[in-house]
Order: sequence, then structure tokens, then C-alpha cells
Amino acid sequence: MQRSNLNLYVIGPWALILVLLLLFPFVLPRFYVYILTVIFVTALLAMSLNMVVGHGGLFQFHHGVFYGVGAYAFALMLTKTGLPMWLCFILSPFVAAAVGFLIGWFCVRLASLYFAMLQISLGSLIWAIAFRWYSLTHGDDGLHGIPVPDWISSTSGAYYFILFFLVLCLIVMYIMHRSPFGMTMQAIRDNPARCSAVGINVRRHQLTAIVIATFFAGVAGVLFVVLEHSVFPDLLFWVLSLEIFIMCLLGGWFTFAGPILGAAITVSLRTFVGIYTEYWTLILGVLLILLIFFLPEGVMGLFLRKVRKGGHAEEAPGRGQHAQG
Amino acid sequence: MFDLGALGSQFFVGLSRAMILFVVCSGLSFVLGVLRVPNIAHGSLYMIGAFSAYSITKLVAGPAGFWLALILAPVVVALVSFVAERALFCHLYQREHLMLLLFTFALSLILGDLVKIVWGAEYKSIMAPELFNGSVSVMGASIPRYNFFLLLVGPLVAVALWLFTNKTKIGKIARAAAVDREMVGAVGINVSWVFAFAFVLGCFLAGLGGALVAPTVSITLGMDHNLIIEAFLIVTIGGLGNMWGAMVGSLIFGLTQAFGVLFWPQFAIVFPYMAVVIVLIWRPTGMLKSVW
Repeated sequence: MQRSNLNLYVIGPWALILVLLLLFPFVLPRFYVYILTVIFVTALLAMSLNMVVGHGGLFQFHHGVFYGVGAYAFALMLTKTGLPMWLCFILSPFVAAAVGFLIGWFCVRLASLYFAMLQISLGSLIWAIAFRWYSLTHGDDGLHGIPVPDWISSTSGAYYFILFFLVLCLIVMYIMHRSPFGMTMQAIRDNPARCSAVGINVRRHQLTAIVIATFFAGVAGVLFVVLEHSVFPDLLFWVLSLEIFIMCLLGGWFTFAGPILGAAITVSLRTFVGIYTEYWTLILGVLLILLIFFLPEGVMGLFLRKVRKGGHAEEAPGRGQHAQG
Repeated sequence: MFDLGALGSQFFVGLSRAMILFVVCSGLSFVLGVLRVPNIAHGSLYMIGAFSAYSITKLVAGPAGFWLALILAPVVVALVSFVAERALFCHLYQREHLMLLLFTFALSLILGDLVKIVWGAEYKSIMAPELFNGSVSVMGASIPRYNFFLLLVGPLVAVALWLFTNKTKIGKIARAAAVDREMVGAVGINVSWVFAFAFVLGCFLAGLGGALVAPTVSITLGMDHNLIIEAFLIVTIGGLGNMWGAMVGSLIFGLTQAFGVLFWPQFAIVFPYMAVVIVLIWRPTGMLKSVW
């Protein structure tokens, strides 16, 4: 990425959003601050998935596992070992990335749906182990009351802590997205055969992308523990993976920031529709069907098209000409 | 080591579980083969089959209720899927593949909540007719009679489906549409209706599986989630769209699960997934030839 791309036009809206987010805890009630924090964690998770799904074209169908592994690693390290908190915090995403490497190493050998199925079965293995290894993980009950330092366990403390890491991760992700590596991944998504013909090692690139994405999923998992002080096997279950996959599609998976929007929509829907009726998934289903019929590019895709009408749709698939910046 | 009785009885447990899985997965595989869509709503339709079977046995008491449920529950499911297909799904066939997948997911969300609205969140259970009560002793292993019935139904469905796809005209058209839908359309066949038929038939089998499983488990809201992922894995390791592949996959899944209970009860659920991993690494496109 070149510095010249970071003009005021791009930075301005983001800086404004950031300032607003920094001020929110002073004006909003605690409940809304908490919901925003949930959105942050979910958004980071969805963004990490979109690195491989939207920008890499891989059928990463069981991404939730790496989120869960990060969360479990952090929780177990904090409760079972005497390591200091910051060390656990750094190590846990690496555990997730290591698992990502192991699973990815098998998966990149297969294509499309077979990739997805192998990943689901390998991920389900990890879920089953966490679910049944009662002496370590307390199985179905999960681990609760994980000791997190006081300064980040308050609602606003957790809010700022998680916001800081979200912004940090998003910046790193954006740099990666615009780097030669990110561009190569998008090229592989659009035409793997041609990429391998010009001498790109497709599998190695895909594996690297998976490892990076799973690292960020691990960060999201750690942040989840910081927020909720607990872990449970549902974090590893495939339903969650499908949910975050839907968030990417909902927000617009060919855009950079779409998954954030998808996560925000899904979490708010679950929270606020959930207050009025227990049938919020029914509403989500109807919304999805409307989306499929009327908004196939996702919400963010529509937004970008309206904003940049006649302009350059630089995030659109198959347009890698900005690679050299 | 293990005594022969326990081994034998687990063998039959696994075999009968495999037969239920086969009935459901053959439907999924059929839809996958003809429409090329992994139908995520298949699990929800299976759940609707089980719940409808419950309602029918409540309405009609006695053994007649069970037999009626076995016939009517799949018909209810087929009707639901027919409405969903003609009203919404059929307008999407020209669209991107992932959108179809997303649609079936949305459908599964809607159907899941509809089940909650209609039947509530409580556990339900139904009784098999008296004919199937008790168990039979085979080589020292005691096997519930209902399992024998399942062992009969599984192959029956397999043969019926084979006869249908190979000997009837509409079955042959469906198979042809699976291979080359443009060509089928070019010779003057309404492909949209072929797809509708294949979808409804697949969902009918999901409902039949739900009705068959109803007397053996407690009928709950989460049963769709547990089943659908197993069904996808089975269909994949068998070979996408291949009916006999669904049978092979179901046997692998059912038997490893049953024997896993014997070897290491705590981690029994790990074994089928391990089998799937081994199969996919050894044969990346499934055991039998896929129609894709």
C-alpha cells in the first residue's frame, strides 16, 4: 500500500466514526456500550473470515473453530497456568494460528465444496474434543468467571480495550489487503489457473492467508473472553461459523468493510428484535431472502455503488489494477 | 477384549442408525445431484417430518397412527418444500451459486422458527406400534425390533430410488438434468419443473427420515443442526449426488459412531469425524464417483 492512497477522502469518514465511537461510552447507557462491544468482537471475527472468503475465494466454512480455539486457549492459560495476562494475550492468537495451519495444511489440497467439508469435519473434531474433555474444558458447561484484570473488566474498560485492538487489527488487515500479497490473493480468487500458470504457488498463498485469518480470529476469541469472562463449546460449533459467513455475505463480501456492517446488522437484530420476540431468526431469514432477491451485492456493495456512481469501484472483484498503487 | 454380544449389538445399532441417515442423505444427495445446491434447509425439513409424525400419532391413536404418520409426515414436508420452491426458490436458478446456498440457509432459519411457533420448544416423543416393542436376541446380542424394521426400510428406499431414477422417464430426465441442464432444456423439457420435482422428492425423503427416527429419539428443536452437518459430510465422502455413495457414507458414519461408543465412550462422537477426515484425505472426491 502506498501512502498516497490514504487521502482525506478515505480517512475522513473513518476518523469521524472513530471519534464518535470514543465518545459513546460517555453518553450512551451501559447496555448499548456492551452491545457495541459485542459488535466489535463479532466484526473482527467476520473481517478475519472475509480475508479468506471474500478476498481469497476459499470456502472457509468452519472459521468459528479458530475463534473458539483462541478463546479457549486464553481462558485455559489464564486459569490453569501462572503465565501473566499479557503473555497469554499474545500467545493465544498464535495457538489459533497454529491450529489454522494444521487444518489449512490438509484443506488447501482440496477444492471448493470438498475443502469446506474437510474443514467442517476437522473443526467438528476440535468441537467434539472441547465438548467431551470434561476434566479440562468442563464440556458443555464451559468455563466461567475467568479472571481478567480489573481495568478491562468494567464495561467501558472492555469497550476501549477491545476498540483499540479492533482498530489495530483493521489497520493491519487493510495494509495486508492492499499489499502485493493481498492483491495476489484476490487474483487467485478470480482466476486460480492463470495465477498458477504465471508461477504463483497457489496453495502456499492460500495456506498463508488461512493462517493470517485464523490468527485474527484468535484475537477476536481472546477479546470475547475479555468481554464475557467465559468460554463454552458453542463458540466452536458450526452454526456460529455459518452465522459469520452470512455476515460477510450480508454486508458485502467483495468490499473491505462490508463484514463490519454485516456483523452490526446481525448483532443488533438479535438484540433488539430479541427484546420484542423470541423469533428473531425468523426475521433474519426473511431479511436474508429479501436481500437475495433485491440486494445480491450486500448492503455495503449497494452503498458503495450509490456513493461512487460513475466512479471507480476499486473493491469490485476482478479489478486488481491497483496492485502497483 | 470385548464380548461378541456387545460388538454384535453395537453393529446393529450402527446399522440401523446408518439406515435412517441413508434415507435422509439420499434425499440430500438427489437434490445436490440435480440442482447442484447443498440444501441447508434439509435438516429443518427432517425436523418438520419428525414433528408432523408426532402430531399425526396424537390425532390418530394406536398403531394406525404410526403407519399413517409414516406416510403423511413426508407428504406434509413435500408440500412445504413445494410451496417454498415454487414461490421463491425457482426464481433463483439463474443466480450465483452461493446465493442459492444462502437462500436454503434463510429457509432453514424460517422453518426452524416456524416449528417453534407451531409445536413449541418442549421435548416430544412418540411410541412405535406394539409390533416393534421389545427386542430379539441374535447371537447373544439383544436388538430392538424397531431396528429390524429400519434395516428393512433402508434398502427398500434404496431400491425404490434406484428403480425410479433408472427405470422411469421422469427419473431419467432428472439424471440427465444433473449432467447437462442446457441440453435437457434444449430438447424441450421444462427444466424448472424437473428441478421442482427433484427438490420435492429430496425433501420428501428428509421427511420420511424424520418420521422414521421419531420413535427412537426425543424430538427437539435442535435436531436439525445435529443432523444437517452429518448429512453433508456423508454425502461428500460418498461422492456428491451419488445415491449409493450416500449409502456407503451412511454406513461409515453410523458404524464408526456405534463402535466408537464401545472403544472410547467419552469421545465416541469424535470417531465419525475422524473417519470423514481419513476418507477425504485418502480420496478427496469421495468413495464413489460423483455426478458433479
